[in-house]
Amino acid sequence: MDYEAVIGLEVHVQLKTRSKIFCSCSTRFGAPPNTHTCPICIGMPGVLPVLNKKVVEYAMKMALATNCEIASVSQFARKHYFYPDLPKGYQISQYELPLAENGWIDVEVDGQTRRIGITRIHMEEDAGKLIHDEHRPLSFVDLNRTGTPLIEIVSEPDIRRPEEASEYLKKIRQLVRYLGISDGNMEEGSLRCDANISLRPLGRQGYGVKSELKNMNSFRHVQKALEYEIRRQTALLLDGGQVVQETRLWDAAKGVTHSMRGKEEAHDYRYFPDPDLVPVEIERVWIEKVRQEMPELPGAKRERFVKEYGLPPYDADVLTSSIHVADYFEECVRLFHRPKTVSNWIMVELLKLLHQDNQEIDTCPVPPSSLAALLKLVEDGTISAKMGKKVLEESYKTGMEPQQIVQEQGLSQLSDEAELKSMVARVIEDFPEEVAKYRSGKKKVFGFLVGQVMRMTRGKANPKKVNELLQKALD
Amino acid sequence: MAKIQKSEVEHVAKLARLTFSQAEIDSLTDQLNDILTYIGKLEELDSTGVEPTTHALKLTNCFRGDEVGESLPVDEALSNAPQREGGAFVVPRII
Repeated sequence: MDYEAVIGLEVHVQLKTRSKIFCSCSTRFGAPPNTHTCPICIGMPGVLPVLNKKVVEYAMKMALATNCEIASVSQFARKHYFYPDLPKGYQISQYELPLAENGWIDVEVDGQTRRIGITRIHMEEDAGKLIHDEHRPLSFVDLNRTGTPLIEIVSEPDIRRPEEASEYLKKIRQLVRYLGISDGNMEEGSLRCDANISLRPLGRQGYGVKSELKNMNSFRHVQKALEYEIRRQTALLLDGGQVVQETRLWDAAKGVTHSMRGKEEAHDYRYFPDPDLVPVEIERVWIEKVRQEMPELPGAKRERFVKEYGLPPYDADVLTSSIHVADYFEECVRLFHRPKTVSNWIMVELLKLLHQDNQEIDTCPVPPSSLAALLKLVEDGTISAKMGKKVLEESYKTGMEPQQIVQEQGLSQLSDEAELKSMVARVIEDFPEEVAKYRSGKKKVFGFLVGQVMRMTRGKANPKKVNELLQKALD
Repeated sequence: MAKIQKSEVEHVAKLARLTFSQAEIDSLTDQLNDILTYIGKLEELDSTGVEPTTHALKLTNCFRGDEVGESLPVDEALSNAPQREGGAFVVPRII
């Protein structure tokens, strides 16, 4: 029998606010343990949390970017469970009245677009961090992260293939980065993903028993864990067995998922409205104000790049993959008005250099103004395109301006006609045999003769000019 | 008919990590039922057309700006910790 996978994702996004969601402690990463805590985030009795307005606005931006309806009234709720990283014994989250519902995003896999529904987006606080001692039966608790703002984005069970899950996540990351609301880094934990997956006979409605997968900290691992889980559940079902509803952890080293065998009772969080936090009321005016502050989103930008700059859709796609690449491109085009040339140099040369170093364009040592200056040098013939690539590499390595590199290293292309003519004449004199061969019809020798002129100028001669002059001299 | 069964009291006690004797469970079940019966008097009111509410006050949108303030000195943050090591709370190993 053929089975079909039914996958839904729960994505947690850490918001890039300066202070925590309910208190004024810093959210800065990497501080010594428990130095960013206060009576509120550490869970002392009698304190009152107050909501950070920026958290609401960031969450609203994501809701708008994913076509959700923003609720006119939403409310925080307490989710109860016991774990040492949760000092209050409950997490402040949203339950019955989340901030936003009923959205969607489109993902593309193998040229096919699929619309993935978004059930809800809600705000909540992060828990602390636990470090387990390797030798002694102890765990260390650091509450700096406690109270860092998160949004949770819950998808509909609309995903059918592991590749779709991975694309969906990449889309979420692209959006949060465009919006500037999160770093969206899975390896560092600012974007986290849990997956629910079940199988059903192909063509059948309804859902099978699902397992919940955790501990996947890269796009690749999400895809691999889901692929593994599909194989595991398929084998189980074909064998006449049954899938048990449980949480399973992805073991990246072994490439398998294994049961967490939780002793806890099935999730019974005893949610109730948090009496310390009043409802959040959002009127149209506020939504419109937030909408005004939103940057152009990837889809619209891609379309505009095709229309405004006449770029092929492929180029527009690559350039808008990140808002920083898109900004870099536009700044460059503003200074050097040939969009396709700029696009080629960014996509082929610059992104290659950045990729080799695992760097992002916003930390690129060659600013857009320098790339534009370099392209002008190529266009006006001061240097050849080939030389331009070398200058770009040099500028990338040293941070020096292209003009300066060309000047200091004497890389200017030799285009002076009189000078080139005399060199061509010398080559014709020095290689009489080859010249004779050429004149008797062996046209291939031409390349050799051009090469000799180039050698005399150590590659600086303008190749187009050399071709012209040599041709004239020989014919 | 009692609103809460003994089994529910046992379940909630377990979730809250509380241990009770059988006698205590019986007495708590009675007490909780008494409380619910008392509160149940509210059901006699006609609440048609009344919006459900989570708060007694008509207050919404209490916000703070995204500004960083003082945190506790680490020694104060850890002053209630039964056990600490460096700047961290120490608890029995959990996995």
